Amino acid sequence: MRGREDEWTGLMRSAMAGDDAAYHRLLKAVTPVLRAAARRGLARAGQPPDQAEDIVQEILLAVHLKRHTWDSEAPFAPWLFAIARNKLIDALRRRGRRVFVNIDDFAETLPGEAPQETASASEVAAQLGTLPQRQRDVLQSIAVESASIKDTASKYSMTEGAVRVALHRGLAALTAKLRDH
Amino acid sequence: MDTDQLIRSLAADNAHRVPRVGAVLTMALLVAAPLSILIFASFLGVRPDVMTAMRNPFFDMKFAVTLSLAIPAIVVSLHLSRPEALMRGWGWLLLLPVGLLAVAIGSEAMMAPAMPMTMRLMGKNSRVCLVAIPAMSLPLLAGALFGLRHGAPSQPALAGALAGLLSAGLAATLYASHCTDDSPLFVATWYTLATALVTAIGAAVGSKVLRY
Repeated sequence: MRGREDEWTGLMRSAMAGDDAAYHRLLKAVTPVLRAAARRGLARAGQPPDQAEDIVQEILLAVHLKRHTWDSEAPFAPWLFAIARNKLIDALRRRGRRVFVNIDDFAETLPGEAPQETASASEVAAQLGTLPQRQRDVLQSIAVESASIKDTASKYSMTEGAVRVALHRGLAALTAKLRDH
Repeated sequence: MDTDQLIRSLAADNAHRVPRVGAVLTMALLVAAPLSILIFASFLGVRPDVMTAMRNPFFDMKFAVTLSLAIPAIVVSLHLSRPEALMRGWGWLLLLPVGLLAVAIGSEAMMAPAMPMTMRLMGKNSRVCLVAIPAMSLPLLAGALFGLRHGAPSQPALAGALAGLLSAGLAATLYASHCTDDSPLFVATWYTLATALVTAIGAAVGSKVLRY
C-alpha cells in the first residue's frame, strides 16, 4: 500500500514537471482503485453498481482540473481520495441519498481488486453531445480516435495551440455540465 | 466515451497550466479593492481629526483587530482551498481578533472612562457601521469568491464564510479610519455584527459557487 502510494506521488511529480506519459500512467493506475470505491459507495447506498463508471469519470475530470491544488511536497493519495470522496458524495446526493462516505473506503482498497481494464459510462458521452462543435470534434479525435494533437490540428486545419485550447475548454465544460446537471 | 479514452484526453491536456489559487485570489482582490476604496472615498472618507486620533491607542487598536481578522482569514481560506485540508489546527488563527478585542476591552475598563459604558458601546456611528462595512465588503467578497473558485474546497459553505470574513476584515480596516468611535466595546459590537452579516452572505453564496 505504501509503495503504491509513493509510486503515485512520484508519477504525479513527473506529470506536473511536464511528463505526459507519467500522467497517463498515473491516471490508469488510480482508476481501478477509484472504481472499486465507487462501487462500494453505490452498494452501500443501495444503488446499482453500473453507475460507478460515471462517478469514476467525474473524479478523473476533477483531479485533472484541480491538480494545481496539489502540493508537490505532500503525498498524492490523500489529495486524490479527498477529491474522490467529494465527488462520490455529490453523485450519491444527486441520486437522492444523503450518505457519509468514509475516507477509508478509498485507502483500504486492496491492490488486486477490480482489475477490469476499462468501462464506458453514459453521462460524459451524453454531455459530449452538448458541447460546441469544435470542442466536440477535438475531444472525439483525441479521446476516441486516439489522434495526437498534431494530427488533430491538421485534420481540422487548426493550429496546435487552437487544438489545445479547444481540448482544455471542452474538458472544463464537460466537468461543469456534469456538476450542474 | 470509455474511461481509457477519457484518460487519453486528460493526458493530452497535461501541458495546460494554471496559476496557483493564492495568485488568483491576490489578483481578484487587487481588482476588487479599488471598488471598495471608491465607495469609501465617495461616501465616507478619513475622519478629519485623524492626526490627533493616531495618538489614541484605541484608534490604532481598531486596525490591529481588523487586520488580525483579514490576514488570518486569507491564510485559512487558502489552506481550505486544498481538497484534503481540514480546519483542525487552523481555527485558532481566527480567534486572534477576538483575543485582541478582549485585551482592549479589559484595558479600557481599567482606565478612567471618558464616557459611560453604554455610550461607548452605542457610539454615534452604529448605523453607518452596519451599512458601510457590508457595502465595502461586497466587491471584495465577489473577488474572494472568484479567486477561491479556482481551488477545490471540500466544504464550500465554510470556504465561502472565510471569503466573507476576509472581505469584512479588509472593509472594516477602511471603515476604521472613518469612524470616530474608538471604544473596543463599539468595535466588538457593531463591527462584529457587520462581519457576521458578510460572513453569512459568503457562506450562502459559497455553498453554491465554490463546489467543484
